[in-house]
Amino acid sequence: MIPEPSSARLTVRRSENGLLLVEMAGDWIAHAGLPDVDVVEKELAASGVVKAMGFEATGLERWNSGLITFILKCHALCEQHHLEFQAQTLPASVAKLIQLAQAAPEKKDAARSVAPAPFLQRVGESGLASWAGATAMLTFMGENVLAFLKLVQGRAQFRGADMLLVMQECGPQALGIVALINFLIGLILAFVGATELTRFGASIYTADLVAVATVREMGCLMTGIILCGRTGAAFAAQLGTMKVNQEIEAFQTFGINPVEFLVLPRMLALIVMVPLLCVFADLISILGGFLVSTMMLNITPALYIHRTLEAITLTSFLLGIFKGGYFGVVVALTGCLRGMQCGTNAAAVGLATTSAVVTGITVIIASDGLFAVICNALNF
Amino acid sequence: MAAAAHENKIEICDLTMAYGSFVVMRNINAKIKRAEIFIIMGGSGCGKSTLLRQMIGLKAPAQGDIVYDGEAFWKSGEDERRKRLRTFGVLFQGGALWSSMTLAENISLPLGEYTDLGAADIRDIARLKLALVGLKGFEDYYPAEISGGMCKRAGLARALALDPEVLFFDEPSAGLDPISSRSLDELILQLRDSLGATFVVVTHELASIFTIGDNSVFLDPNTRTMRAQGNPRELLKNSTDPYVREFLTRGESALTSAPPPTPA
Repeated sequence: MIPEPSSARLTVRRSENGLLLVEMAGDWIAHAGLPDVDVVEKELAASGVVKAMGFEATGLERWNSGLITFILKCHALCEQHHLEFQAQTLPASVAKLIQLAQAAPEKKDAARSVAPAPFLQRVGESGLASWAGATAMLTFMGENVLAFLKLVQGRAQFRGADMLLVMQECGPQALGIVALINFLIGLILAFVGATELTRFGASIYTADLVAVATVREMGCLMTGIILCGRTGAAFAAQLGTMKVNQEIEAFQTFGINPVEFLVLPRMLALIVMVPLLCVFADLISILGGFLVSTMMLNITPALYIHRTLEAITLTSFLLGIFKGGYFGVVVALTGCLRGMQCGTNAAAVGLATTSAVVTGITVIIASDGLFAVICNALNF
Repeated sequence: MAAAAHENKIEICDLTMAYGSFVVMRNINAKIKRAEIFIIMGGSGCGKSTLLRQMIGLKAPAQGDIVYDGEAFWKSGEDERRKRLRTFGVLFQGGALWSSMTLAENISLPLGEYTDLGAADIRDIARLKLALVGLKGFEDYYPAEISGGMCKRAGLARALALDPEVLFFDEPSAGLDPISSRSLDELILQLRDSLGATFVVVTHELASIFTIGDNSVFLDPNTRTMRAQGNPRELLKNSTDPYVREFLTRGESALTSAPPPTPA
């Protein structure tokens, strides 16, 4: 389409009356670099008294932005050395573009300083940011409690249909992944238990190990983590995008509390669905252990089931279910909080999603540790 | 800048646009000369933006083709088309700036991809483009930190990045105040005069249409084809089509045959 450009030629020479003549010829197409303005600067420094800078462009063929930036740099040189800038001999369209580029004054306070802040300032700022983050989280939890109280009084503004939709999304549709992960966890527990316990001749207790570990810890923990990655991230991305599109502000202008309308149905859906998913996860995980034990350890199915039922106490079962509900609250809170805090551009949605998953998983595992300590102290 | 090999920069030939089996517009024909400002106008939902999307390679036409410099656009190969795309600049409705990059980075990205310029030269060109649209000094701002009108200007600066031969504008004055909209029109005229580029503008802003348009096509959603074409000011003066007259006079033609507004 376009013939290959010939090279751009630049000569700088001194003319009479202290005029520095910049001669440009050939194609000034900036695609592979152009002559440097240094040449002009050197000539300016080398020669004696120069009063003005003029241009000679008769040999100029094709040109684009490269030429304009070059001439603007020459103009900057002129200002620096207090020379007269003679633009009359430039082609009309070039002169027009130069004029246009200089028409709007530079916004002086707009330019940013990029100097890094001193160390202490950064420490202080991150400290303040953490404090603000903690306050925001507490405020958000408070708002949720208030919304919940309104719900109890039957005055909360939210649609039951929304809650059913979220329930469907985070419950039945998560069955596949919850089943797969927990089945594998059951297998792994059984294998680990079998190899160690067989050495003491106690391989029968593999059933106990799988049952207790699953029901007390692994079932609800794995379900919480899966939902955090699956549903928490979805909440953050959805609410974040709504924030970007000003949909959340639209709720506010109608006097609808976004926490009641958006967060409450998600929270309730998770509080209901996660314990149910935990029961399902427990069953599937025990099934995984059952398969390994009966097929590899010569434990009869009846014996395995008997040992399992012996091992599970009502307390540990309820403890697992309670923790599941609690993890549901954590996932809903972190996902929705990060979504509501989201900035107003595409990158911010990504950050909100990442932050929701990271915060969620951290809180889930840390509080599970805390639960373990408390239960130990209380002899549960 | 580039040698004028063909008289018409763009020719739209028997174009039919369709979504699946639903035909939006058929038999669109137009010839756009070099350095002309071509307006695509028509009521809401008539397929203006669809026509634009076909011209910039985002959606293939159902039939017909668009010819640039005598070369078919859609019937040529993928590589040819990509090469052609580099001679285009597109300003999207909301600016469509990449939100994770500063304004300077938005403009530098295509320069870095398609030229062999060094970082300093690219920075200079990005500064120049921002200066051209009146945003000198905003190089290190992110799109979220500036106003909607400024985003649009920055989008124009990005469209200018590769010194395009054809510039496409989708609703340039949508969401702008009358003064900004007017100054954007002036900017378009100045860029046309200085760059010698061809402009294709989708708009239904009458003030804009009469100020900048050299040539136009009027799309009608009822008959699903083009209803008029030519210089919008001439159309206003000479068109006998009541629908076109109604559009160009904001529905006041039936009352008086008012003289056309004099463009600035």
